[in-house]
Amino acid sequence: MAENHEFFNRKLHSLLGVIPVGVFLSQHLFVNHFATRGEEAFNAAAGFMEQLPFRYFLEIFIIFLPLVYHAIYGVYIAFTAKNNLRMYGTFRNWMFVLQRFTGIFLIIFISWHVWETRLANLFYDVPVNFQMMENILSNPYMLAFYIVGVLSATFHFSNGLWSFFVSWGLTVSPRSQRVFTYLSLLVFVGLSFIGVRALLAFV
Amino acid sequence: MEEQAKTVTLIITRQDGPDSEPYKETFKIPYRPNMNVISALMEIQRNPVTADGKKTTPVVWEMNCLEEVCGACSMVINGKPRQACTAIIDKLDHPITLEPMRTFPIVRDLIVDRSRMFDSLKKVKAWIPIDGTHNLGPGPRMPESKRQWAYELSKCMTCGVCLEACPNVNSKSNFIGPAPLSQVRLFNTHPTGAMHKSERLNAIMGEGGITNCGNSQNCVQACPKGIPLTTSIAALNREVTVQMFRNFFGSDYS
Repeated sequence: MAENHEFFNRKLHSLLGVIPVGVFLSQHLFVNHFATRGEEAFNAAAGFMEQLPFRYFLEIFIIFLPLVYHAIYGVYIAFTAKNNLRMYGTFRNWMFVLQRFTGIFLIIFISWHVWETRLANLFYDVPVNFQMMENILSNPYMLAFYIVGVLSATFHFSNGLWSFFVSWGLTVSPRSQRVFTYLSLLVFVGLSFIGVRALLAFV
Repeated sequence: MEEQAKTVTLIITRQDGPDSEPYKETFKIPYRPNMNVISALMEIQRNPVTADGKKTTPVVWEMNCLEEVCGACSMVINGKPRQACTAIIDKLDHPITLEPMRTFPIVRDLIVDRSRMFDSLKKVKAWIPIDGTHNLGPGPRMPESKRQWAYELSKCMTCGVCLEACPNVNSKSNFIGPAPLSQVRLFNTHPTGAMHKSERLNAIMGEGGITNCGNSQNCVQACPKGIPLTTSIAALNREVTVQMFRNFFGSDYS
């Protein structure tokens, strides 16, 4: 037991995807949604998040480290799979493949997004506000990139939530797994609506 | 008279030995009513001539029970792993393609080495230890409600189809696959087997264990015996989660 950490690593990967990464994603999209109420409301909400106490501690331990662990271990998981959609084109097999595909895409998207909207501020003092997002999203290619990025994130989270419930042994019966498929679909539609609506508010 | 002119075309992926390169050969064999893939292969064995009239070696395969209970004749038929004995020629799309289950090391042609599955069964202790120096008397009784679903799990014939269907069982991973996991659930359900429950759970919490499952749920689609493999895996997920806490915090029930 002691030498083998695979079980623990994998369980941790599953847990971190939901808590805190999934929770952070939802919170992030909710705060973004202030953009629909105009520039001032968004800047006030973003300013509030910026001024949270222990900001660096929160950023490092609630966002950065769990996200990096989830991403790196996720790449390993994605590349050890041998996708076989041609053999079984079932719904769950599609979800399996899409989960890995969106995961890899999200590494590219989130790296870019973190550089553009956080690290540039940290190193070069680029102001993070409504105008910055307005500038980024005025480019139609960037808008498309961000929409695909947000949809990938909401999909990866919703479907990951479903497999989290299976992997921790909460949904065992086929019926409960089916019901949770519908629930995860609702989460996906709901979060996607919030996320994409916020993006379009900057355009 | 016209019936006799009918032929069946088979495209078979062959391989001369474990390390040889695979190649394809096409065969056209005379059609007979009620043929299955096994009888088609027997026809090729009788007359090993390809569709181009070239004489070749007979195609080799494994078989035993011919009634889908032994699992020996598993192969990939028209892209899906299944047993050749229950693959009825009249019900298949033509031409029929036959390939070995590449998840396993190939011995020759359609014969694969499934010993990794038997090693997995040993690893998870898929048996009930009752041998001793004296008679222990009858064991505890099993509730009928449990026996009914446990019986379904006991239908596993270690055929390897679920491993072939699983995207996470491959040369890049050491996942033991759905079949041996379901056997853990079977033997942990047995009242006497349950006495060694934690040993089996700890075995599947090791390298290549249950956490490697990616929930593609192909196994339950593929299983020829209709075993609820994904339910078994989810039920074991619950068991190992509890076992993980027991191992860490300590428990009298471990």
